[in-house]
Amino acid sequence: MDLLEYQGKQLFARHGVPVPAGLPARTVPEAVAAAEEIGYPCVVKAQVQIGGRGKAGGIKLARDRAEAQEHAEAILGMDIRGLTVHELWIESASEIASEYYAAVIFDRSAKAPLLMLSTKGGMDIEEVVEDDPDAIARLHVDPLLGFQDFHGRRLAYEAGVDADVVRQVGAMLARLYDVFIGEEATLVEVNPLIVTPDRQVTALDAKVTLDGNALFRHPENAALRDPSGEDPQERMATDRGLTYVKLDGDIGILGNGAGLVMSTLDVVAQAGGAPANFLDAGGGSKADAITSAVEVILSDPKVKAVLFNIFGGITRCDEVAKGLIEAFAQISPQVPFVVRLDGTNDQEGRRLLAEAALPNVHTETTMDGAAKRVVELAAAL
Amino acid sequence: MSILVDTNTRLCVSGITGREGTFHSLRNRDYGTQVVAGVTPGKGGQDVEGIPVFNTFHDAVADAGANTAMIFVPPRFAADSILEAEDAGIALIIAITEGIPAHDELRVYNTIKKNGRSQLIGPNCPGILSPGKANVGIIPAAFFKPGNVGLVSRSGTLTYQIGNVLAQSGFGNSTIVGIGGDPVPGTDFIDVIGMFEADPETELIVMCGEIGGDAEERAAEFIADYVTKPAVAYIAGFTAPPGKTMGHAGAIVSGSKGTAIAKAQALESKGVRVGRTPTEVAQAAVALLGAAA
Repeated sequence: MDLLEYQGKQLFARHGVPVPAGLPARTVPEAVAAAEEIGYPCVVKAQVQIGGRGKAGGIKLARDRAEAQEHAEAILGMDIRGLTVHELWIESASEIASEYYAAVIFDRSAKAPLLMLSTKGGMDIEEVVEDDPDAIARLHVDPLLGFQDFHGRRLAYEAGVDADVVRQVGAMLARLYDVFIGEEATLVEVNPLIVTPDRQVTALDAKVTLDGNALFRHPENAALRDPSGEDPQERMATDRGLTYVKLDGDIGILGNGAGLVMSTLDVVAQAGGAPANFLDAGGGSKADAITSAVEVILSDPKVKAVLFNIFGGITRCDEVAKGLIEAFAQISPQVPFVVRLDGTNDQEGRRLLAEAALPNVHTETTMDGAAKRVVELAAAL
Repeated sequence: MSILVDTNTRLCVSGITGREGTFHSLRNRDYGTQVVAGVTPGKGGQDVEGIPVFNTFHDAVADAGANTAMIFVPPRFAADSILEAEDAGIALIIAITEGIPAHDELRVYNTIKKNGRSQLIGPNCPGILSPGKANVGIIPAAFFKPGNVGLVSRSGTLTYQIGNVLAQSGFGNSTIVGIGGDPVPGTDFIDVIGMFEADPETELIVMCGEIGGDAEERAAEFIADYVTKPAVAYIAGFTAPPGKTMGHAGAIVSGSKGTAIAKAQALESKGVRVGRTPTEVAQAAVALLGAAA
């Protein structure tokens, strides 16, 4: 789960990471009131989960009340690379002497947290890495040992931070590691981490990704989910406990098991079609889950045809057939369906479908054949 | 032969008294697996259709001689259960549970590695099947027969799909290992591929990967350096957009890393044939074993 900048900064503050004073705002009057409280100069920052906010005009300096109002009006509702700005963060403006980069990353390859530190902060760090891989100091922390002060010193010296802030940068890394462990994050990134002219080290930005599987231990973080930033179909699916990812095409896909669904998308694409979604109905899906999934798929108006690709292991093909029959009874879909049922109770499932004689439902026995058929049907419309 | 599970497996199931735990324990026993014990704290002394239930893994080892554990408890209890099995000295731990917090997995992985006495398969995996010998997990055994293809996969249902097309081409399996779709699997492709290389019954290795991480790329290097047997790979997720988790917690393309095309190219550059569809994998297997025979 990706957090907005200000949500990340609020987590930071709980762990003693220095951040500029700030207040969130959802309306222009709220933004002006926040600016008055913070004092001038302050920065009006768009809160969207995407980089490049500054270049897009989503971050502006306000020197007085009139400017705060003007910027809040301009930025609220603005579209930044496809995302609408619903929230602002009004923050005390910081003077900057140096811009660094710091991060704690869940390194799945090394199976350990990875600390990164660079004195080339403030820009796109992926570009920095490409131009000069040595510009970033890296260090893995043994998760059973945890962060030690020497980790911070080593990184600070290796990255070449100014000598007078080595201790402060080390302390900052220790606290960012605390955030990473304490909040069960998979990414904690600060870009830029700044040194002010009076030599204070402060996190000027915050990019935090939390592990959705750990939210049961962090109920206060679970409330940070931002449904307004989600696609409506994805939100509907999440509310129904389905795994759904919206894609750009016009062929709705339902399968059981993440790997098989990914493979189904690929086979449909190879057959010349464009999948509209990824939907994993999960293992052991009962009929009502299938009915619910059909509703989610068809709530996307672009869908012209639907492919069911089921290889029953725990999932029973007769349950899938019953779910589809029930879906037709409830919402009478207007698009063609291609259904491939294989595996546990497949004959029973196919028999149920044949008996129901649903309009415009075609059965296929192989994955390749089913993909070809659904692409033909979608193209014919 | 086969790898990991066979007729010597003595299985203890954590969560055996739960609905799914009971169902699959009995299915595994019906297949012929020796299911010697279950663990549910507070239910020690009871039994599930004749399988004795213990309060702790330590009791299950001492009293029933368990040497393999299957973890079926909900995600918030799973890390603790895996670590208990490890502490009890169980050599092979198979974690079926999906949705274990990533930091729990990190702690479990590093503890098991440091102590060096157990092998963890999963979490979030379908288990291991050695056809005709033992089935530990949720793989529907009816689709598979004994044979010479070793299959290792990050995905459950995709394993069944590929196993099924291989079966239709006349192949059986030495062992099928699901390593799971989570970001920190206890056992990686290279571990299992190494075991298949050493297993005399396995004549062809099929590896079924997906987007996310770099396990497939590392497997490509490993195969080039250490594997003499023919290998075929499949990668799912060519059409997956970056930044979206495709069902499995580990299946995500981050930036330019972890894409299916990069994985396929890494494997092909080391001489591993990559099927673009499950059907192509079966065709490649026929070509290779036909040529090898």
